[in-house]
Amino acid sequence: MRKALSLLLFSVLVSLGVAAWGAEKTLKLGVIAELTGDMPAVGTSCKNAAELAVKEINAAGGLPVGKEKMKVDLVVEDNAGKADQSAAAAQKLITQDEVLAIVGPNASRYAIPAAEIAESSETVLITPWSTAPKTTLDTATNQPKKYVFRACFIDPFQGGVLAKFALEKLKAKKAAVLYDVASDYNKGIAEVFKASYEKQGGKIVAFETYTTNDKDFSAQLTKIKDAKPDVIFLPNYYSEVPLQVQQAKRLGINVPFIGSDSWGSNELLTLGGADLNGYYFSTHYAADNAAPVAKKFIADYEKAYGAKPDDVAALTYDAFGLLFGAIKSAGKVDREAIRAALSTLPSYKGVTGDMKFQADSRDPIKSAVILQIKDGKFTYFTNANP
Amino acid sequence: MSEGIVYWLQQALNALQLGSIYALIALGYTMVYGILTMINFAHGDVFMIGAFFCFLAAVYLGLPFVPTLLLTMLGAALVGVMIERLAYKPLRHAPRVSAIITALGIGIFLENFTLALAPYPKNIPPLLENVTWDLGGVSLSSLQVIIIFLSLGLMFVLDYVVHRTPVGIAMRAISWDKTFVPLMGVPLDLIISVTFAIGAGLAGAAGTMYGLAYPVIDPYMGIMVGWKAFISAVVGGIGNIRGAMIGAFILGGVEIMVTAFFPSTYRDFVAFTLLLLLIVVRPYGILGQPRTQKV
Repeated sequence: MRKALSLLLFSVLVSLGVAAWGAEKTLKLGVIAELTGDMPAVGTSCKNAAELAVKEINAAGGLPVGKEKMKVDLVVEDNAGKADQSAAAAQKLITQDEVLAIVGPNASRYAIPAAEIAESSETVLITPWSTAPKTTLDTATNQPKKYVFRACFIDPFQGGVLAKFALEKLKAKKAAVLYDVASDYNKGIAEVFKASYEKQGGKIVAFETYTTNDKDFSAQLTKIKDAKPDVIFLPNYYSEVPLQVQQAKRLGINVPFIGSDSWGSNELLTLGGADLNGYYFSTHYAADNAAPVAKKFIADYEKAYGAKPDDVAALTYDAFGLLFGAIKSAGKVDREAIRAALSTLPSYKGVTGDMKFQADSRDPIKSAVILQIKDGKFTYFTNANP
Repeated sequence: MSEGIVYWLQQALNALQLGSIYALIALGYTMVYGILTMINFAHGDVFMIGAFFCFLAAVYLGLPFVPTLLLTMLGAALVGVMIERLAYKPLRHAPRVSAIITALGIGIFLENFTLALAPYPKNIPPLLENVTWDLGGVSLSSLQVIIIFLSLGLMFVLDYVVHRTPVGIAMRAISWDKTFVPLMGVPLDLIISVTFAIGAGLAGAAGTMYGLAYPVIDPYMGIMVGWKAFISAVVGGIGNIRGAMIGAFILGGVEIMVTAFFPSTYRDFVAFTLLLLLIVVRPYGILGQPRTQKV
């Protein structure tokens, strides 16, 4: 037994030595994902996409840094769906594993604590999926953080995109909004939508509210019906939207409905069914999008994992794309140089569209995707630019 | 029809639907109060349990509408009787406040029990084919018709039972006097159980209809609706069955009409201010009297 062990140890040492001796320099990148806890599907998508991105770059011989090509070594940490473990994972990756940069966590409530650690340790962190403005803002000064970036758009942006979509694509000159006045997310988007829609020449004919847990929207919807809108915006969660649409239909409202990325759960289809057919909502990415970069990614991902990549997977892949681009253009393995390169990176063509960081912002300028619900599926409809 | 009339007719219909559901729940509050002069604060949660029974019957047993409704009413009635036997009966001679605290505790128990079994919101499948008719601009759905007529039907049946049958006479007699009426051969415990069974059964029916009209249900759905039904019972004159129905339709009407008149954010503020004024003017409720004959 002891002999077998020492033999094993020996062979491991030899293989390590060979790897080091092979003149192949590696660089370490960290991932923090929600692999266990309340959203394991999110973490799994993130990990899968991260491994796919690294596998591809290594298969191509590595990442060109300066004059040499470097293999990428991925360290994946689980945050167990907890805020404190997210911070601990970030700390471990930065100090113990000495990674060059971190991708993740995804959900805002985990991304925010991890981002604080990354910022104070001066290490680049890109969150794929966190849309809360706070993630990339310094809590003390309300200025952008230096080291924290994201691969997705932010919540206030969506409202503007949808306003433009309603006016230009749906040719809707009059819109009505029904939103939960007691929820920050819904309220924020509703207000941005209203301001943006009116600025672009549209008219908000009804701006109706309810409070969380209301189930009867008949009075508000009757009021909306009476105002004769061309479109109705429901920036609400997927558990409420089906009730609102069903009740509207019972009241004889036949205009299209539009929604925000809070619609993007398959639960919406289970709860809403055929009632939602034909309606639109904005989100990060469409699995059936026709762009060639995305097509290749989707095919590779499906081949590797046997499932269509969701928006988290696509955004994670893009976060790695951004990071690889920054490392390439920095030309050296240095955290500060990568940060500088990332913030001045020219437009990057990703799976979730073209994106670019503005000079004084860590939130990329990128387009949103409008999906249509068709025959019980989310179907790509159009890209929507800010 | 002119547009203004269509609009108000539509809102009136909405109010009728909402009021019907409040009424079914308010009846349970008012009946228990009438008999025991006790406010059964767990009643809103019995309504929630009813909605979950409806979900179980419709999804796991795959039953159509009528058996689902009957099974839900039966299940809720059993829960109601069990609550009375286990929690309230031992406290019948204890101070009123002990019984009220127990009722609150039962409510919290029911919420968390359901939460432990079903932490995510559930979807009740459409048990009835819904048809929407357009009556000169006013939309009337078959679901609305069923909710309103079924509720009114159940209320008339209850009114008949309470005023025209021996059980009803016994209930009213006990509400009048709990010491001497049993001496004349009226089975006190049985009549109290029947009262709880009827009240909870109606809450079960309300749960089913609520589940059909608003098919996403969760363990906390009974709290706010229960409070509103309780307010309806008080506005109508607690202890008075017809008062509870009137109070429920008033509350439903005020809520809908306030939203129709004012920005919807003011709904609860304006609605409850109006109800408060009504109570100030008529402290015993619309049909309540200081020493009225109770259920």
